[in-house]
Amino acid sequence: MNTRNKVIIKEKDLELDPSLQPLTIRDLTVSYNRKPVIWDIDLSIPKGHLVGIVGPNGAGKSTLIKACLDLVPRTSGEVMIYGKTYHKERRRVGYVPQRESVDWDFPVSVLDVVAMGTYGRLGWMRRVSKLSKALSMEALDRVGLVDYANRQISQLSGGQQQRTFLARALVQDADIYFMDEPFSSVDAATERAIVQLLKDLKKLGKTVIVVHHDLSTVSQYFDWTVLLNMRVVSAGPTEEVFNQDNLRRTYGGKLTLLTQAANEIARN
Amino acid sequence: MPELADIRNVLFLYDYNTRLVVLSTMLLGCACGLMGGFLLLRKRSLMGDTLSHATLPGVALAFILAVALGGDGKSLHFLLSGAAITGLLSCWAVLFIRNNTRIKDDAAMGIVLSVSFGAGVALLGLIQNMPEGSSAGLESFIYGKTASMVLSDFRILFLITLCVLACTLLLFKEFRLLCFDEGFAGALGWRVRYLDVLLLALVTAVTVTGLQAVGLILIISFLISPAAAARFWTNQLDRLLLLSALIGGVSAWLGASLSAFFPRLPAGAVIVLVATTFFIVSMLVGSERGLLIRHLRLRQLKIRMGRQHLLRALYEILEGIRPEGDIVLRAVPLIQIRGRRTWTDSHLRAYIRRACKEGLIETPTFDGSIRLTEIGLEEAALMTRNHRLWELYLIEYADVASSRVDRDADRVEHVLGQEIVKSLESKLQTYQSAGSLIPKSPHPIVLGD
Repeated sequence: MNTRNKVIIKEKDLELDPSLQPLTIRDLTVSYNRKPVIWDIDLSIPKGHLVGIVGPNGAGKSTLIKACLDLVPRTSGEVMIYGKTYHKERRRVGYVPQRESVDWDFPVSVLDVVAMGTYGRLGWMRRVSKLSKALSMEALDRVGLVDYANRQISQLSGGQQQRTFLARALVQDADIYFMDEPFSSVDAATERAIVQLLKDLKKLGKTVIVVHHDLSTVSQYFDWTVLLNMRVVSAGPTEEVFNQDNLRRTYGGKLTLLTQAANEIARN
Repeated sequence: MPELADIRNVLFLYDYNTRLVVLSTMLLGCACGLMGGFLLLRKRSLMGDTLSHATLPGVALAFILAVALGGDGKSLHFLLSGAAITGLLSCWAVLFIRNNTRIKDDAAMGIVLSVSFGAGVALLGLIQNMPEGSSAGLESFIYGKTASMVLSDFRILFLITLCVLACTLLLFKEFRLLCFDEGFAGALGWRVRYLDVLLLALVTAVTVTGLQAVGLILIISFLISPAAAARFWTNQLDRLLLLSALIGGVSAWLGASLSAFFPRLPAGAVIVLVATTFFIVSMLVGSERGLLIRHLRLRQLKIRMGRQHLLRALYEILEGIRPEGDIVLRAVPLIQIRGRRTWTDSHLRAYIRRACKEGLIETPTFDGSIRLTEIGLEEAALMTRNHRLWELYLIEYADVASSRVDRDADRVEHVLGQEIVKSLESKLQTYQSAGSLIPKSPHPIVLGD
């Protein structure tokens, strides 16, 4: 009896050991001006999950991701990737920024953009190697854009742009991925393709953290959900966390009747 | 007027002084072109503007300091060092204002630019009143004094250009990512700020060394015009930079040579005029994004759309006549076609003429009815099928109300290629009515009169 208890405790310790957790956040606060955007975030994401970060506009979803990636200064707290600082483990992290964050009129080809995913491993002043290009083509194949490799990026549709960014993250060959609204303004077919890709990543044991807008698809896409509104309202397995009560606490008055209804329908 | 021999002497750099001046400005042009390319893509073109204006107080302060220390204030290196310091300070001020207040880039640059230029002018006024001031001649930094360049200037310019070239070659991929996606560069763990500072330092170096040649106002154009002109010709960054440097160099060569023919013509101004001419010509006839090519592409699209509309209208009319069974080729009165769509007479006639030329329809008879050829019918059937596949796709996947589909489909079907259509086919096979390759239109076809 005694030994059994011990084993259980050990297993629990193991589960909470930050070096085995892809992402551990403690007391994270980020503020741009005087007002904090996110507040005292405590979060621990276990390995191999598809995680949706859900919350209303201005809840700090993007900020949370950017703080994890060391892109915005932290007011307090720490973020650990596999128990170490971001800078140490950055090679294990892949990133898909918001599509609108770049100028799609920029003079580069699709292949050039995807190859940027290898820059981290290439090191400074090194030229893009043949291997990088081969890897990039492979990633383009996975997102179904091989035929577009040499096109200029301004010729892509919104969904294709999003898939280009996704391919770039795939080339990073990371263990944990952060994706900022990969489904924003893509067509339904692309959305389905992306979801499939995310599920494939999960099968490979990768952890994928996605900022997501559409409440009606949350339970369909993600097995782990973080409900965020400046603070973490609730986080855990989607079936436990994603319920009417928590949603109301996250969205407050912003959750319109319509979304609630849509939500009901999606569940039934 | 200059004689032919003079022209040859200048253009081919026979004269020592001209050679020095022209080669120096050409180097400057190349360096400016390269840096301008990055500035343009980093959306920091106005940064060059701020920077160059902010060199004036630096020059003036350096002069005052030199005089106070007992020198004559004529040491060019000393003056340029002062210019570089205030130039960099102004960049820092812009970034500081942007990062720490809610004031945006453009306003921050406007503030720093005008304040520093104002300070420079005020300091120049002070210098005029100093006993040593009468011989200062610092105004030449504002408009440039190309003819006064000497060998040491050439050496500095050569060094700077080499530096710019080396950095561009070595850090091409870093600068490219910095300009395209700063956030991703940061996520890779790069110190984005250092890269930014390096870029600005290079621009500062180029600007400061260019002060003498073209002056602080005209160098702005030298930083922007070649890069902006090059953008019209290519969609690849490496080519853009190469072309930009080339345009900068050639503008400098032509401009400096031209000004050598006419004694009173300031080289800086002529160089900038030449560079701007390059810009205007590129804007008009640039092969990638010039106005002319855009216009032509749009026209082509219009013609192709018109052709497809005509063929589909004909097909749908024929289909309406024999709703069941095979479609029979027969003449269709013009008035019926006109009723299918809002097109002007002249456009419709143009489309018909074109289709005739392509052998898709037979030459219209004098009573104005139109008849598809065999090839035309095949083409029309194919087109109608594509169109309907799209309609179905949009209804099925894109949540577009079916009453609005027709219009949307009209646009996309011309934009998307055959390969997408193929993937649609497989998705929508279930919709295809048995026996016919052409799926039924998902909304009722309203027949013409």
